[in-house]
Amino acid sequence: MAATDTAAVSMTVNGKPVTANIDPRTLLVQLLRENLRLTGTHVGCDTSQCGACVVHVDGKAIKSCTVLALQLEGADVLTIEGLAAPDGPLHPMQEAFRENHGLQCGYCTPGMIMTAVDIVRRKGNELDDRTIREELEGNICRCTGYHNIVKAIAAGGRAMRGGGSASKAAE
Amino acid sequence: MSGTGIGAAVRRKEDRRFITGMGHYTDDITRPGQVFAYFLRSPHAHATIKSIDAKAASGMPGVLAVLAGAELANDKIGNLICGWMIHSKDGSPMKMAAHPALAVGKACHVGDAIAVVIAETLAQARDAAEKVKVDYAVLPAVADPAAAQKAGAPLIHDIAPNNTIYQWHLGDAKAVDAAFKSAKHVCKLDIVNNRLVPNAIEPRAAIGDYDSGTGAFTLWNTTQNPHVARLVIAAFVGMAPEHKLRVIAPDVGGGFGSKIFIYPEEVVALWASKRVGRPVKWVCDRSEAFLADAHGRDHATHAEMAFDGDGRILGLRAKTVANLGAYMSTFSSSVPTYLYATLLSGQYEIPQIYCEVDAVYTNTVPVDAYRGAGRPEATFVVERLVEVGARELGQDPAELRRRNFIQKFPHQTPVIMNYDVGDYNASLKKAMELADCKGFGKRKRESARNGKLRGIGFSTYIEACGIAPSQAVGSLGAGVGLWESAEVRVNPTGSVEVLTGSHAHGQGHETTFAQLVSERLGISIDDVSIVHGDTDKVQFGMGTYGSRSGAVGMSAIVKALDKVEAKAKKVAAYMLEAAEGDIEFKDGKFSVAGTDKSAAWADVTLNAYIAHKFSGQELEPGLKETSFYDPTNFTFPAGCHICEVEVDTETGTTEIMSWTAVDDFGVIVNPMIVEGQVHGGIAQGVGQALCEGAVYDEGGQLVTGSFMDYCMPRAELFPALKVETTLTKCPSNPLGIKGCGEAGAIAAPAAVINAITDAIGTEHLAMPATPATVWAALQKSNKMPQAA
Repeated sequence: MAATDTAAVSMTVNGKPVTANIDPRTLLVQLLRENLRLTGTHVGCDTSQCGACVVHVDGKAIKSCTVLALQLEGADVLTIEGLAAPDGPLHPMQEAFRENHGLQCGYCTPGMIMTAVDIVRRKGNELDDRTIREELEGNICRCTGYHNIVKAIAAGGRAMRGGGSASKAAE
Repeated sequence: MSGTGIGAAVRRKEDRRFITGMGHYTDDITRPGQVFAYFLRSPHAHATIKSIDAKAASGMPGVLAVLAGAELANDKIGNLICGWMIHSKDGSPMKMAAHPALAVGKACHVGDAIAVVIAETLAQARDAAEKVKVDYAVLPAVADPAAAQKAGAPLIHDIAPNNTIYQWHLGDAKAVDAAFKSAKHVCKLDIVNNRLVPNAIEPRAAIGDYDSGTGAFTLWNTTQNPHVARLVIAAFVGMAPEHKLRVIAPDVGGGFGSKIFIYPEEVVALWASKRVGRPVKWVCDRSEAFLADAHGRDHATHAEMAFDGDGRILGLRAKTVANLGAYMSTFSSSVPTYLYATLLSGQYEIPQIYCEVDAVYTNTVPVDAYRGAGRPEATFVVERLVEVGARELGQDPAELRRRNFIQKFPHQTPVIMNYDVGDYNASLKKAMELADCKGFGKRKRESARNGKLRGIGFSTYIEACGIAPSQAVGSLGAGVGLWESAEVRVNPTGSVEVLTGSHAHGQGHETTFAQLVSERLGISIDDVSIVHGDTDKVQFGMGTYGSRSGAVGMSAIVKALDKVEAKAKKVAAYMLEAAEGDIEFKDGKFSVAGTDKSAAWADVTLNAYIAHKFSGQELEPGLKETSFYDPTNFTFPAGCHICEVEVDTETGTTEIMSWTAVDDFGVIVNPMIVEGQVHGGIAQGVGQALCEGAVYDEGGQLVTGSFMDYCMPRAELFPALKVETTLTKCPSNPLGIKGCGEAGAIAAPAAVINAITDAIGTEHLAMPATPATVWAALQKSNKMPQAA
């Protein structure tokens, strides 16, 4: 890092304030994975197509490979690790992915779940297959053929309406 | 069936870590002092490397080393190899060209690794790579295999005249000629099985870590078969002896074949770690993966099927040119030969089959096994011939299939395979009912009223899985045996660790293998841990591919459990003061036949370790058993997939209206996981049929080099999938399992193309059947919706 100018950035990640001195070209996903060691957010491509890196910034889903960390001064970032408390109950969407076998290798899964929670936020709790499939345009899974992901998101959406402590963690 | 035993849809034990972001993939691992590798890759498809000037790059901030093929050769790092020998018709061995991990002298494809920069950070390594000056003399290149074989084509490797690796054949050419002479009708097709890029969503990655104190290496690697990687890197590359090389495959994010192979990057990560004295991490970019991961398929075939007057198949012949790319990847030679031509009998009684295959070098990325590996190519040839043959004869495609189905088992095909069991009528019948084939005419008329063309397509496929009996594959050229190992370690308190040579990268072994142990020992699946993916823990294993982990890997666990039970009965006999032969074991309890004396599982396991009830002369303490299980035959999953499509004549867009799959996988351990495997396979097969295709221009540049221009199947491409099964038990393994991992990818392309061609009324349709391709075909066929 010796020859590179660094810059400071502060934000809230999973409810905790963080500050880092970073190379200005650092992407949000790199800050999360490398500086903060939050490795649940994945990188599956380099063209903003696959969605493995989706996190929430100020309550909205974004692809963390496509935003510079420095752009997010003061932002509130939620990653898959913050969706439910460690060792606590799972978020209803996480539970729905497990219950409906909505994952196989698990690599696209954090991005899928973060996207799914955002779909419910924008489109409501009752989601038909067509809506879910259209909304998954920005997320690629190579394992599941999407069938069980669609089922999981529909079930997760309904379960989130139930409220409860687990679902509040997402809001 | 117990609640967590064989046949139960148990929710997966591994899921919690994946849905909470706590998985451990290779890129999630950071070693103390870790530095980063960035590869400089050839921008030319074929070029002499005149010089490499690394002076400027070496002086860049953070740079520890810039290494190229010359240094690799100086350090006597050996070449990568292809481990399956194929002989040509004339008896000559395949022409395997040298494949160094970093190019020496010339680059043979765009993406060929030329040099590597090692630096403190990845950004520094990238920056420095831009300063490496490579002086190339560009050579003429050839990307098309047919062109590569022509006189005057650029020669890629001196060892292989006409760029031809082998000219292989299987079957009796004269007998096939005679069968064709007696035929009433011959169906002829030219088929291209399009080149695919596997694209597991986790890119490949490697961390090499050399310990100068012990002289031992550790490699964390995205591999489907860590022991095979260790064997090749030790015995052929010569990095270190096997006992000084540990390979760890942590969580691996999908493989589909592409992570079987031993690649240049892991070799370089290990070697560079020793050179710089630091752990070296390499993580592939997606666009880099398009140039560095082995591609799949890429066959061009002329195929003919002969029929008699009743629509019975008399013979099949095929001539295939298989593009293997610029170098022979690890198992590349076996894919278009013994994994392909041996399946050309499909589900049918075909008296005579003859297949010729030329394997060819081109200036493209190496091609190797991708989900299905040879069997999708075979199925596409057979199922297109049967479908088109039926249409040409004016017969119902389902009826023509039924008439030709093999009815009696075991069945010896003319192409090596001996099918053990199956009921092809049953899967066809069930699929036709589920797909409501009777109502198709009505649906077609409804589509026509909406201005759409509707079509229906069948694929009654077969595959050879449970790969494979070692002696059999050895006689066909394999350099390895294809058995599997298992070690069952029972702890004093009764919990169990199973060490398996299989490797999971999405298949759910931590759940299904635990279900087997739970059912057998009567203990909770929570008391069973499945250990895999580490050569220091598991003694040896052949890994996961070829739908082998159930049929072969779980059979090894069964054999080890047999031994555990036998030993535990001895312990129980001492405890219960009874004869060993009188001990019965059921539902986790040992009892003496005809008495009420019994001992619980955990009492017996504890006694095995405390060894108070028997002397060391009578019985060894402890409870741990191992098995190496070698199958006696391949397994033969088979089934019927039916695809119904609607084609928009204005745009050429195909919509899949319904998908019905009825598969016979033998005994199923976890139906939820099996359905998931079928869904995923279908998606990859539909991807091949409708949108995926790696395209090279004439100069060998990959035109489809990222997710922006290589069309990955997305959720919108599919309807909900109907997936059901039929059952004939596999007779060759103790659980009756056939395997399910590849079926969808094998069955799907033919079902899709048969459906679209049914809709549009022409057989001339290449994969991928994109809207542009379908629209162009429609302009020639002039088919319009007929509502009447």
